[in-house]
Amino acid sequence: MTRGLEAEYVQILRDYLDSQEEDELYGAQKLGKFLLRRDISPEEMVDLHGRALEKLGDVPEFVRASFRILTEVMIEYGNAQRSLNSWRSKHAQLQSEVAVASAMQQALLPQNMPTYPSVEIGAISIAAHEISGDYYDFMYVDEHQFSLTIGDITGKGIPAAMCMSMLKYAVDSLGEIRLGPDQMLRHLNRVVERNIDASMFVTMLFGCYDTQSHVFRYAVAGHEPGFLYRAQEGRFYDLAGSGVALGIDGNSQYKEQEVHLQIGDLLILLTDGVTECKLGRSYMTREELISNLQHEVHLPSQNMVDQIYRRLLMLTQFEQRDDYTMIVLKRI
Amino acid sequence: MIVAASNSETIPIEKETDIVTARQVGRNMSRQLGFGTIMQSRIATSISELARNIYLYAGTGTITIETVENDEKTGLKITALDEGPGIADLRKALEDGFTTSGALGAGLPGVRRMMDDFQMESTLGKGTRVVVIKWRE
Ligand SMILES: Nc1ncnc2c1ncn2[C@@H]1O[C@H](COP(=O)(O)OP(=O)(O)OP(=O)(O)O)[C@@H](O)[C@H]1O
Ligand SMILES: [Mg+2]
Repeated sequence: MTRGLEAEYVQILRDYLDSQEEDELYGAQKLGKFLLRRDISPEEMVDLHGRALEKLGDVPEFVRASFRILTEVMIEYGNAQRSLNSWRSKHAQLQSEVAVASAMQQALLPQNMPTYPSVEIGAISIAAHEISGDYYDFMYVDEHQFSLTIGDITGKGIPAAMCMSMLKYAVDSLGEIRLGPDQMLRHLNRVVERNIDASMFVTMLFGCYDTQSHVFRYAVAGHEPGFLYRAQEGRFYDLAGSGVALGIDGNSQYKEQEVHLQIGDLLILLTDGVTECKLGRSYMTREELISNLQHEVHLPSQNMVDQIYRRLLMLTQFEQRDDYTMIVLKRI
Repeated sequence: MIVAASNSETIPIEKETDIVTARQVGRNMSRQLGFGTIMQSRIATSISELARNIYLYAGTGTITIETVENDEKTGLKITALDEGPGIADLRKALEDGFTTSGALGAGLPGVRRMMDDFQMESTLGKGTRVVVIKWRE
């Protein structure tokens, strides 16, 4: 520690003892910031104070001795302060790894929507933190058909991201074999069950949409049921289907479901980040969600999902707790 | 490179009061070497941590404190030696936040930061040796 600093500290101390003004205390606060920037440790500060006292007058022996106790205690605080830089660099390294993982994950999500003349698709997926546990994808099957996947991986962060990349790979390769939705989930379940941690599982809906017959065939594995909106009646129905989430039991079987869309009808698929929005202390009920959906059904699909997200975010006072994904598919 | 060592003192660590003795010897020797009060305390604290680890994890061992010199400077060297269980993962033991006390920056990483040189060897089932040096500015 420099002489200049010591002289300055003695000066501040002396001025304060003379005046006992807030001024000097403010000066001390500024000095504290300066000392921290210079990495002066707590024990050095205690020592500085002890030496400054000696400059100001006769220090009784018991006061002098008491500083030795204070110094010993302060060394532990000093250790904490000294470790800060190593924590900082560790943190920075983790953050940059997470940023890279987050960018890679974005690249796994579909870059553009399937385009067929008779359907209009909108999708939104927003992570609660940098890394999402939600997954969705579309796959071209043939001129008239495409398949879609929406899933939710338990847990967040890096483990979820790793699981997602595995899922994406599995869905892509199994997609080549053109399995029916129930078989698709049965195979995915095996992959997930074998390859992820026992504490994790994945809920999923996998379906195939035929743009000529407008039949959506799908199967569900423990996933949040979506909605079917019947334009004629102006009513929402829960999509049927249940089934055990992927990764729990290697022998799970899944059942194929089917719905037929009329012109103007909507399929609304989502993850539990949508249904488990918290309004103040309680969760939004399904009825409340439906009434929010109702407000936006007239919009083009992409506007609809964007608008609903904004609406729910506002209702939760901009606090998004969970990863949020919604896909809207409209027969036009 | 150390060219000379002198004034060596070895304190057996068997009971908790031996930790106090080791601290005391370290503090006295560092004062004689001309370390300032803060450095004396940091050296005593480091010795304390090493001795406590011997006491807690190995049961018994020794702390040796000696004056060392290289071409340019003089310093204090502390060697903690035990024939205890050893440490399986040294990298982990030196990681911040791994201490059982949970205190930030405490334990071995704290010692490493307070001292200038830090060496540690350990063999499972055979024992542990930690050597640290603080050079006088
Ligand atoms: N001499 C030793 N023999 C065997 N194991 C040791 C020895 N010294 C340290 N360890 C192991 O290394 C770990 C880290 O030691 P360190 O001194 O950093 O922290 P701690 O003793 O757990 O907590 P603290 O010292 O903060 O109270 C210990 O928990 C212990 O498992
Ligand atoms: Mg310890």
